[in-house]
Amino acid sequence: MRRGTFSGLAAVSVIVAALCALPVVAPTYYLHLLTLTFCYGIMAMSLDLLVGYTGLGSLGHAAYFGVAGYVVGVLATTLGWGFWPAAAADVLAAAGTAALFGLLAIRATGPYFLIITLALGQIIWGLAYRWVSVTGGDNGLRGIARPVLAAGLSLVRIQSFYYFAMAVTLFAAASMYLVVTSPFGLTLRGIRESESRMRVLGYNVFLHKYLVFILAGAFCGVAGVLYAYYNGFVSPADVHLIASANALLMVILGGSGTLFGALVGSALLVFLQNLLSGITQRWLTILGAILVLAVMYAPQGVVGAARTLLLRRPAGGRGRGTQVPAVEHSETT
Amino acid sequence: MAQHRITRRTLVKGGLALGGVTAARALARLRPVVYAQPSPAFGIGFIADITGTVAPSGRDMLDGFQMYLSEKNSMLGGKQVQLIVEDAGGVPANALTKARKLIEQDRVQLLTAPLLASEAYAVRDYVAERGTPMIFMVASADDLTQRKGAPNFVRTGWSSSQPSHPFGEYAATELKYKRIATIGSDYAFGYEVVGGFQKTFELQGGQIVQKIWAPLGTPDYSPYVTQLRRDVDAVYAIPVGVDVIRFAKAYRQYGLKDKIPLIGGALLADESLLRGMGAPEDATGIITCLHWAAGLTTLAARKFVDAYNAKYKKDPSYYAETNYTGGMWIDTAVQRIDGKVDDRAAFLRSMLAVQLPNAPRGPIRLDSYHNPIENEYVRKVEYRNGRLVNTVIHTFHNVSQFWTFAPAEFLKQPVYDRNYPPCRYCG
Amino acid sequence: MGASFYLQQALNGLSFGALLFLLASGLTLIFGLMRVANIAHGSYYLLGAYVGLSVMRWTSVFPLAILAGGAAVALIGIVMQRWFLARFHQQTLPQVLLTMGFAFFFSDQALLLWGGDPQSIPVPRVLAGTLVIGPVYFPAYRLFVIAVGLCVFVGLWLLLERTRLGATVRAAVDDAEMARGLGINVGRVMTGVFALGAFLAAAGGVMGGAFLSIYPGADFDVLPLTFVVVIMGGLGSLKGALVGSLLVGLLDNFGKAMFPELSYFTLFAPMALILAVRPTGLFGRA
Repeated sequence: MRRGTFSGLAAVSVIVAALCALPVVAPTYYLHLLTLTFCYGIMAMSLDLLVGYTGLGSLGHAAYFGVAGYVVGVLATTLGWGFWPAAAADVLAAAGTAALFGLLAIRATGPYFLIITLALGQIIWGLAYRWVSVTGGDNGLRGIARPVLAAGLSLVRIQSFYYFAMAVTLFAAASMYLVVTSPFGLTLRGIRESESRMRVLGYNVFLHKYLVFILAGAFCGVAGVLYAYYNGFVSPADVHLIASANALLMVILGGSGTLFGALVGSALLVFLQNLLSGITQRWLTILGAILVLAVMYAPQGVVGAARTLLLRRPAGGRGRGTQVPAVEHSETT
Repeated sequence: MAQHRITRRTLVKGGLALGGVTAARALARLRPVVYAQPSPAFGIGFIADITGTVAPSGRDMLDGFQMYLSEKNSMLGGKQVQLIVEDAGGVPANALTKARKLIEQDRVQLLTAPLLASEAYAVRDYVAERGTPMIFMVASADDLTQRKGAPNFVRTGWSSSQPSHPFGEYAATELKYKRIATIGSDYAFGYEVVGGFQKTFELQGGQIVQKIWAPLGTPDYSPYVTQLRRDVDAVYAIPVGVDVIRFAKAYRQYGLKDKIPLIGGALLADESLLRGMGAPEDATGIITCLHWAAGLTTLAARKFVDAYNAKYKKDPSYYAETNYTGGMWIDTAVQRIDGKVDDRAAFLRSMLAVQLPNAPRGPIRLDSYHNPIENEYVRKVEYRNGRLVNTVIHTFHNVSQFWTFAPAEFLKQPVYDRNYPPCRYCG
Repeated sequence: MGASFYLQQALNGLSFGALLFLLASGLTLIFGLMRVANIAHGSYYLLGAYVGLSVMRWTSVFPLAILAGGAAVALIGIVMQRWFLARFHQQTLPQVLLTMGFAFFFSDQALLLWGGDPQSIPVPRVLAGTLVIGPVYFPAYRLFVIAVGLCVFVGLWLLLERTRLGATVRAAVDDAEMARGLGINVGRVMTGVFALGAFLAAAGGVMGGAFLSIYPGADFDVLPLTFVVVIMGGLGSLKGALVGSLLVGLLDNFGKAMFPELSYFTLFAPMALILAVRPTGLFGRA
């Protein structure tokens, strides 16, 4: 464990240093793509809390992203709230939505859970799309100005927003890392491996799952806030099933149950999509093929595979943490 | 073992550091390429929607533009054009990312605006701030050339309510309709098309007695169609995209087609949708109004329609025509400044001053709000030689987005909305 | 709003529900019985519709279009099940990701092959008319869809509950080990059930293509609706799929007609409510 932590820390500091130096050398377009990577990365990491650590595959994660984004839209434009109060309210709104949806979804397991989260996600999409008087319908909400955090600390330029987004990402990643390494996180892994065993051991399984569901929603809300302020608008496409599917794909590509893998997956997807679309018009075909190939041949994801290669842990040493978790049905009650 | 461990850890660290340095170097090496001296070519960034649900119209747009380019051997105004096509798939956030790429990475001198109003609004603030000239050929949200225009926006397409104004008068005075029910797509475009029609129709003494809004992408139109009042002289409809086909089918199958005349916004009878109608009788007789009709009989129109048909084996929709004409517009503008597209101010001035006397759709020039003044054609769908065609039955010449109203007065009213103008005769 | 309003909307809702039933009965086999949360189910609907459209253009024989659309997609289903999904038996997430990959792939390929223009399958002349009963109008084709939905329900019910084949299927699904012991080729049964599910979705596509039209994105439009039906009705229950379909069809219609701005809400909120009271759906087995 210590060994992993050290090399992990080293890797993180090298990457952070490189990212800090980037605005000096890289064209601004790459800063845009990286800022997007950060937003989606936080979203994907929060999803990994559910998928990788608790064994709850969710197909409606964009809902919390979207709720936060839309609340930003309303608070920052119509009501003219400042950045910090608006951000706090948005994260609360996302967590509140998760708390509500969790009540409905948590009791279900396996495929039921997936499909119920999908349907709940589509409710939010439906509201975004059709509740035109509040959400602007298809046109979405626009005109969200990049904030000035304090005197002289304006995020209007892409360079400053990039650093801000990076800081938020680091903070979110560190917080989530603390969660998954805490006793609470260990209990979650226990639940992933065997719910019934944990129940016998006296753990309140429902409560643990419910809490992590809300927590994931809140972190996803952070991503949504960042995204809304970065792009200056939100639209129904940001809440759509395809956005949820993308987040799940990021988790799997990076390696589910590796937390930081989700960031790598996010980078992969954002860069692939934007660099490839200039070359080919068949992005969806490629995305589909990547998905199928990843499941068939690289179920561990990039970070999972790298970890296996670099550290040569004995196979199965980390349990299913580095695999696409096989959510079982046997526990369906 | 400890030894071993350290080695490996250092290795990992070293490897990652090396990787980081290499990546930074690679990026640094990219830089001169990216910032290469402005290429002698004229870069046009084309944000297309060639995947996703609006792909058919997006394809038509690209086809129209590329047809003009190929006719000119990729030379516009004597400049070699480097056309960079980026797909946004109809997703506003993607459109913004692509706009950033085209402006900051490719340094294009001209950007074409994406298809949907939602995408146009997504890129609006960013492009307005960067100042890159942007040409709107399809996105028609009224405010882009009314209350939310920008010095670097040039619209050669239309604004949503522009054809509705003359058509509202036409419905009252020529078609002699007194009472009309409207049914429209429940979003900004639908509001603007219906709003413009209601304003002039009621000014001429007509009455809108019912307004129904159906969500965009309604799979089954029957709950809406069956609510339409049957005691009206006509139904004015503006569904969009695939909704048109479902609406038209439901309208006939629920027995309305033979009883109540169907008129509507232009997209109700766009050529791209006429080809997909389940049965010709779903569409025959529909009367709409727009600045284009594939059945237009002028020489310029015939020449364009025939060439387009020869190349793509279909009638050009308005999406195709407006992009073909957009190419012609850019061509003329660049010619007037001898190809000096890097002088942004001069290029913009030239773009705004272009007048096309002979575009396929007829003469076009811009008003002082950067929106075209162009003919509006009242068109009726007819079934001829096995295909549905928009035949022109009346022409309004040189119509402005403000119709006959004074612009300053007009702009005092809010943009057309779900409840504006209010429905005074509903109930 | 008089009685005719309610009668009209009820008929509309029933016909939409009947179409949904074709999709949902297929999904209840694939998802309900075999526990494969098939994201590509909407793609089966879309591909079936497109194949049906092409066949209709060549032959103008509507039943042939339905059969051809169904058969082509059943073949796709067999390939997917045997060579991809079977490896991940009872593993939800890999199956979801696989089928999602296929869904993206199919939707893009359909765009490439059939172009993106919205299309509509021509309705046979016999069914093109409209019945008028007082103030209520009803297209004959929609009656036909309702009839087909009922026939499929009865047929499937007989097949599953009253035949030896049905008993085999239930045995294979309920306890694969035991079934194997009894000499049942479980793999083949699974593939067969999957193919049947795909066939039903595709047939639904051809039928739906004639009144809802075919367009890129139809796959992801019908998918959530179909899942809602199956969840509401209860996984693996044919009766549940029927009741769920009709419920969703009616809710959708009345929701749209009476609360247009909240139309999605009026659909999903009852689902959430049902699940809160009965987590396994109306007819789901615990």
